[in-house]
Amino acid sequence: MNSTRFYFVVLVLVGVSYLTTVFIDNQYPFFAGFAILQLIIMALAWNILGGYGGYVNFGSAAFFGLGAYGAIVAYQLFGASLPIQILVGGLFSALVGLGTGYLTLRLRGVYFAIATLALLVVAETLIHNWDYVGGAAGAYLLPKRNLDFWGVLIVGKVGGLFGNNKELLFFLMCILALLTIVICRAIEKSKLGRGLAALRDNEEAAESMGVPTLKLKLIATTLSAAIMGVTGGIFPYYMTFIEPTSAFSLDISVNALAMPLIGGTFTWLGPVLGAVILGTLQQIATVTISSEINLLIVGLFLVSFVIFAPEGFLGLIKKYSKRRD
Amino acid sequence: MFSLELFLNALVIGILLGGFYAALSIGLSISFGLLDIVNIAHPAFIILGAFVCFMFNSAFGFDPILVGVAFTPIFFILGNLIYRIYYTSFEKTGATALRGLAFFFGVMFILEVALSMFFGVDYQMVRAPYIDYKLEFGVVDIPFRMFVPFLVALIMTLGLQYFSSKTFFGRAMQAVAQDSFALRLMAIDPAKIKRIAFGISLATCSVAGALFAIIMPIEPSIGRLYIGQVFAIVVLGGLGSQNGTLIAAMLLGLVESIITTFFGPSWAPAVAFSALILVLAFKPTGILGRAGDTRG
Repeated sequence: MNSTRFYFVVLVLVGVSYLTTVFIDNQYPFFAGFAILQLIIMALAWNILGGYGGYVNFGSAAFFGLGAYGAIVAYQLFGASLPIQILVGGLFSALVGLGTGYLTLRLRGVYFAIATLALLVVAETLIHNWDYVGGAAGAYLLPKRNLDFWGVLIVGKVGGLFGNNKELLFFLMCILALLTIVICRAIEKSKLGRGLAALRDNEEAAESMGVPTLKLKLIATTLSAAIMGVTGGIFPYYMTFIEPTSAFSLDISVNALAMPLIGGTFTWLGPVLGAVILGTLQQIATVTISSEINLLIVGLFLVSFVIFAPEGFLGLIKKYSKRRD
Repeated sequence: MFSLELFLNALVIGILLGGFYAALSIGLSISFGLLDIVNIAHPAFIILGAFVCFMFNSAFGFDPILVGVAFTPIFFILGNLIYRIYYTSFEKTGATALRGLAFFFGVMFILEVALSMFFGVDYQMVRAPYIDYKLEFGVVDIPFRMFVPFLVALIMTLGLQYFSSKTFFGRAMQAVAQDSFALRLMAIDPAKIKRIAFGISLATCSVAGALFAIIMPIEPSIGRLYIGQVFAIVVLGGLGSQNGTLIAAMLLGLVESIITTFFGPSWAPAVAFSALILVLAFKPTGILGRAGDTRG
């Protein structure tokens, strides 16, 4: 797809996602949609470092949780509004991402993966013991029922752009997901993407050919962390309550890692595909069976895909279409 | 507030805890340390062992440790099967270690959900006559709940250490870690040795699970909390060194126990992980690591 057509589709999707909030009254689609969009964004963000660069991050939940708690801190400090919360969340995670990058990116392969897992627990423990943001008991964040911005009523039952906060947040997540896709696509086409691919294939060779590996890895880690932080920054406003155990849950990490591995890691389409398929399956399973089954679905898919289809859905499709030719 | 009495008790508990940690991580020091198999599901297998003990203990009143020991052959076979899958789908095809890692990550979640579907998500406890007793030496208490697992853990750890350094098969295991290509030149199949070694590594999970269930109440996903400890210990101890694993486990147990006593239990989880991050960042070969270890 060429660039003009790509951006046209993106713009159309922005319009479509706004229109759905206008024309759909039932709140369930927004709830399910939010969950799936969150999966998509986390998967795309994970893929920047994990898919393009080959560095497996088990600590996605740390960046997500720190983003969420960044938002809480901003809210507690000066009652920050939603956009500020999101920004602070993203910034907070980006900084931690950069720091972790410096500390751990000299580690190769599995050691990096284990170090990110360690980061997750350290971050959770710190927040757990920090009473200012509610400690183990958690913190409430109460959104305003009516939200206006420079005289325009953004959220309001009557005459607002959005009927309620959930619809606004759904729309924000759509924008964020599309933005992340645009970023990922840009990375793939840029020097950064090619550099990352080079170090994924052979780091020593890449380095000796003059690819600035550490710099590329730091950019990728920071970018990936920032996007996860922004996603986390929206979360407290959506849930109105947050506590460390769920904000730093390993479930978030496994989802962020499983979706790209199931969809395919080489392009942005893979994580999106994986997240949409599995996210939908999860939503169906939650409604019909129980939410516990979600993890089982992810686990089974993850295991069978790494064994039988190492290049994910996209790899399968490619193989199948080649065979037909 | 600092008091000598508290400190002494923290020391004793720390040593007992260290023994228990050694039991949790000795299997991983074989699979991760010697065989290069990043079995992140190791704690989940320990919890599986713990629930097997709980099942037989609550139904028939069998002693958890006996059940744990009795189930080692089953876990050994399970390990064999898992290694077969791992070998044919990752090692043989030369796939990256990262895919193997993702595989075990998935296995971990499957185990957790399977356990919670069978046993529910409530905390469960085992019963044994010795659990409620304690020895008193002046101001120091030694609870049997910790002491019995400590003894069993010590026997298992030292036994495995003897096994891997003195017996023929143990040395073969070390040889696989050092140079599996040379082994192949001598007409020995490294995959076979690794299969048996991985079986042994999982067999320790059965015993460790029994100890786990004695020391604390169990629930299906509690194993997650110990991923950090076990990997920290194995890396800290120097990959594949059973001696190092024991020392690192003791150290970690002591530090955690002292932190818990003087700063509160909510800080304890960060100890292992901070130690792990620092060791990985500054001295990736661990305390007793082999020099020139270039893996990873």
